[in-house]
Amino acid sequence: MSALAVYAPLLPELILALGAMALLMLGVFRPEAQEEAGRIMWLAVAVLLASGFAVLQGAGKQQLFDGAFVIDSFGRFMKIVVLVAAAGALVLSFDEMSERKALKFEYPVLVLLAATGMMMMVSANNLISLYLGLELQSLALYVVAAIRRDSTRSSEAGLKYFVLGALSSGMLLYGASLLYGFAGATSFEAIAAAARSPGAGQDLLLVFGLVFLLVGIAFKISAVPFHMWTPDVYEGAPTPVTAFFASAPKVAAMALFIRIVISMFAGVQPQWQQIVVFLAIASMLLGAFAAIRQTNIKRLMAYSSIANMGYALVGLAAGTVEGVQGVLLYMAIYVVMTLGAFAVILAMRRDGTAIEDISELAGLSKTNLPMAFAMAMFMFSLAGIPPLAGFFAKLYVFMAAIKAELYTLAVIGVLASVVGAYYYLRIVKLMFFDEAGQPFEPTLPKERAVQWVAMVLVIAFVLPIISAPLVEAAAAAARTLF
Amino acid sequence: MIYQAIVFLPLLGALIAGFFGRFIGPRPAELITSGFLVIAAVLSWVAFWQVGIGHATDKITLMRWVSSGELDVSWGIRVDTLTAVMLVVVTTVSALVHIYSIGYMHEDPHRPRFFAYLSLFTFAMLMLVTADNLLQMFFGWEGVGLASYLLIGFWYQKPEANAAAIKAFIVNRVGDFGFSLGMFGVFFIFQTISLDAVFAAAPQHAGKTMGFLGYEVDILTTLCLLLFVGAMGKSAQFLLHTWLPDAMEGPTPVSALIHAATMVTAGVFMVARLSPLFEYAPVALQVVTLVGAVTAFFAATVGLVQNDIKRVIAYSTCSQLGYMFAAIGVGAYSAGIFHLFTHAFFKALLFLGAGSVIHAMHHEQDMRHMGGLRSKIPITWAMMLIGTLALTGVGIPFVAGFAGFHSKDVIVEAAYAGHTPFNYAFWLLVIAAFMTSFYSWRLMFMTFYGRTRADHHTYEHARESPYVMLVPLFVLAAGAIFAGFMFKGLFVGDGYKEFWGKAIFEGPGSHIMHAIHEVPAWVAVSPFLAMLAGFGLSYVYYIQAPWLPEATANAFRPLYLFLLNKWYFDELYDRIFVRPAFAIGNFLWKKGDGAVIDGTIDGTANRVLVTANNVAKLQTGYIYHYAFAMLIGLAALITWFMLGTGGVR
Repeated sequence: MSALAVYAPLLPELILALGAMALLMLGVFRPEAQEEAGRIMWLAVAVLLASGFAVLQGAGKQQLFDGAFVIDSFGRFMKIVVLVAAAGALVLSFDEMSERKALKFEYPVLVLLAATGMMMMVSANNLISLYLGLELQSLALYVVAAIRRDSTRSSEAGLKYFVLGALSSGMLLYGASLLYGFAGATSFEAIAAAARSPGAGQDLLLVFGLVFLLVGIAFKISAVPFHMWTPDVYEGAPTPVTAFFASAPKVAAMALFIRIVISMFAGVQPQWQQIVVFLAIASMLLGAFAAIRQTNIKRLMAYSSIANMGYALVGLAAGTVEGVQGVLLYMAIYVVMTLGAFAVILAMRRDGTAIEDISELAGLSKTNLPMAFAMAMFMFSLAGIPPLAGFFAKLYVFMAAIKAELYTLAVIGVLASVVGAYYYLRIVKLMFFDEAGQPFEPTLPKERAVQWVAMVLVIAFVLPIISAPLVEAAAAAARTLF
Repeated sequence: MIYQAIVFLPLLGALIAGFFGRFIGPRPAELITSGFLVIAAVLSWVAFWQVGIGHATDKITLMRWVSSGELDVSWGIRVDTLTAVMLVVVTTVSALVHIYSIGYMHEDPHRPRFFAYLSLFTFAMLMLVTADNLLQMFFGWEGVGLASYLLIGFWYQKPEANAAAIKAFIVNRVGDFGFSLGMFGVFFIFQTISLDAVFAAAPQHAGKTMGFLGYEVDILTTLCLLLFVGAMGKSAQFLLHTWLPDAMEGPTPVSALIHAATMVTAGVFMVARLSPLFEYAPVALQVVTLVGAVTAFFAATVGLVQNDIKRVIAYSTCSQLGYMFAAIGVGAYSAGIFHLFTHAFFKALLFLGAGSVIHAMHHEQDMRHMGGLRSKIPITWAMMLIGTLALTGVGIPFVAGFAGFHSKDVIVEAAYAGHTPFNYAFWLLVIAAFMTSFYSWRLMFMTFYGRTRADHHTYEHARESPYVMLVPLFVLAAGAIFAGFMFKGLFVGDGYKEFWGKAIFEGPGSHIMHAIHEVPAWVAVSPFLAMLAGFGLSYVYYIQAPWLPEATANAFRPLYLFLLNKWYFDELYDRIFVRPAFAIGNFLWKKGDGAVIDGTIDGTANRVLVTANNVAKLQTGYIYHYAFAMLIGLAALITWFMLGTGGVR
């Protein structure tokens, strides 16, 4: 018993992994499972919530498997965000998939497996466990992207994601091997210790390893110029899957990114800072400019998420406690805004077909005011207009950058968000000031629920009663890394 | 609680009528706002009793407002006699105007909005008069300005109403700019804008100088003059008066409430409230007297020849405000406030009476198209008569009379006792009293007497207003008759110091209130004689010999036109300010905005679109392009570090 008790901190991951297996068995061995996929979906949501509950029970900092797996409050914060995002995406998938009779029991199972991978990424403290988590997540995601295998677009999206993902994994692995060559160890602590030695910043082995490793992760958070897959996959994948792609995996990859640069590469901060600044600027600018000409709302959200990752990286570039705190808050708020926006996009349905054209939103305020209002709130929030949550998210990261004297970065960030505001506000203008077209079908209850919950959070974030606990938790989480 | 109720009931009413008026309908909106105001008015009289008689001054802090460095401002209610007097005036007139409006506006489709504005105005005015610091006063000051703007432009379909609203707003901005500068100056000098702290520190700064616009100037004089510029704007004093007559484009109850009884007296109130500052700035006080006396005279001359019934009363208001300032300028604050108090009753009465006439005449306002209305609308006639008697100051010298008789006579005596050079203030005010009497009776005669000049249809259908409009007139008429007689002892009688307590400060060398009682008898009866003369002349001109006005106008044509065109102030301002401003605006618009700014912005926007197009072209959809982009990015980062720019070897 005592031998097992050692693994108690692993409970959240165990719940997810065992839950995924159990649901898989349920689906495989019950002939009527395909008809009952909805029930399995709910069970998967329950598993996610149980895991989240288990995460909340943890306290302090523990290490397992010779330090390859670390549990701290930073990890707990990110895990909660990941699990909430995954659960939210699953709830969103429900209506759309059952509407199209496309509900497959494999989907929730794959989401659970991906979530398991993400949890491991968040807790990874060793190059090996890092890769294990990353690949578990990625492999599940490749399949999820192509889940609608009778649709060429979905298959193409899955294939593109897989090929490019393999390329990025190769780069990441190459970086890992260089780092092993540099430090002679795979654990983050050992590499960090080696990187702290004088002159380490001049060592090509370390710097190249750093570049390759970060490029591999930059692909996962779709930072420019490793973003190219994002618009195509977002557009090609079924919309519920896109909602999932846009939320949970980004959080997990960002958590990994933060842990790597803050704890592993603390000794070579000037070096990684340059990379992060470059990624941030490129992502913010490209995300802002490329979105302007988009006519497909899912592609627009793809560029929006690229730009948002850029803003989050602004906070990381600061490399301070405030900066990391800013990133954590940014990711949490980003998830809420994104899920809310996708809840609206999913509800754009007419005669049983999903509508993805932005121009179809015209005059939505006249046909479906609550939905138009919710969407307007998400757009205002994404554009960073006070007093909505998105404004505070940007405020935290920009303030951190300014405190770290990264003035150019902050100024470019603000300018990019001005350009970005254009396309967000254009949607609001379309919905409220243009002639109404055909009304959409009535919003389905679960989509509406997500819309409303997200909208309330986005609006109410300005109240300290909502924001203070989150800000506190993020601050505490950020401190554990330093 | 009573004071909070007085201040916030109108706000509550405004919110209900404003936000829910469309749902609850016009009648409940009217009843709620009017009901709240009646409650507030009753409570105000209770407060007046408590404070004025019982001397129960108080200070209530509602909440912290701004705390930034040295600046620490709270929302508060300052309760003293001056506040109590203003509370009574504001809530009583406002309540009556609310009730009157139920009748007057009954055909208007936007009544909830109207009543919301009225209540909002009342709230702002109450904020102003209960202010415990300059910032809160400024809040109320701007609030009443806003409500005034909204109400003047209430019939926004009328272009003249919109123009008048904008004019009122802009002219008031000039005054407000002075007020703000004064407030900033007070904070600069005293490091606080709390009234008590400023008053306590004022004596130390008397006679000291500071740098202002490159000159060494007396601190208190400068501050007081700046603040007085604000008062001039709000109280429509000479040079900043042009907005008030135009403001008559608003509905008549608005004219009665805002542009006669309450808002326009805010300037008078402010100077009285700041008496501890002004008392140490004698030069500023002399300016106040000068401006007040000149306004009283100037506005009365213009009032002589106006034909619009509301404009006559508007110029009369302007003139009477001049009286108040003249009194304050010579140090007789209590006399000024007393006149403010009585004036509120009879001027609101006159306006509401005029509204009743206009109502009966189907929105005809030109007195040349009236006449002979006495038999048609006898109750309105009687009310207007009482208002006129009160305004012109009818009474038996040394005994008693209508409201204006008491308050105006005190002011004229104070002006004499104030020893202005050549007694100019006294003479201007007496001449103004003569003219006041003339134009008031002219109004009465042209409207109610003689043969009618109205077209047959209108005249035949002229009907007395409903009781919902008449009852407020009765109440105001009672005030116009008795307010002077009843409250003279309190406001300016022997025990006035006890009544006012610390609300009004008189400098150590000020004996003006005492000196009033020692003016020669001919001074005391002079306004009475002036009034009689005005009445007589008016009677001759408009009853005995109706051809005389035209003959006089022809004989003195340039003078007549000068007065008819209001001393050409509007034209003058148009030349000096409006046209150059338009020219500059046109230049900036066409050249500056059109060419430079739009060019820049459109250019930027075009660049953004071009960039967006180029970026979008990168997204080809081919996997090998994407992989290539990734490798380029990787290579770029590696090269960056390889070349040593990244800090490696």
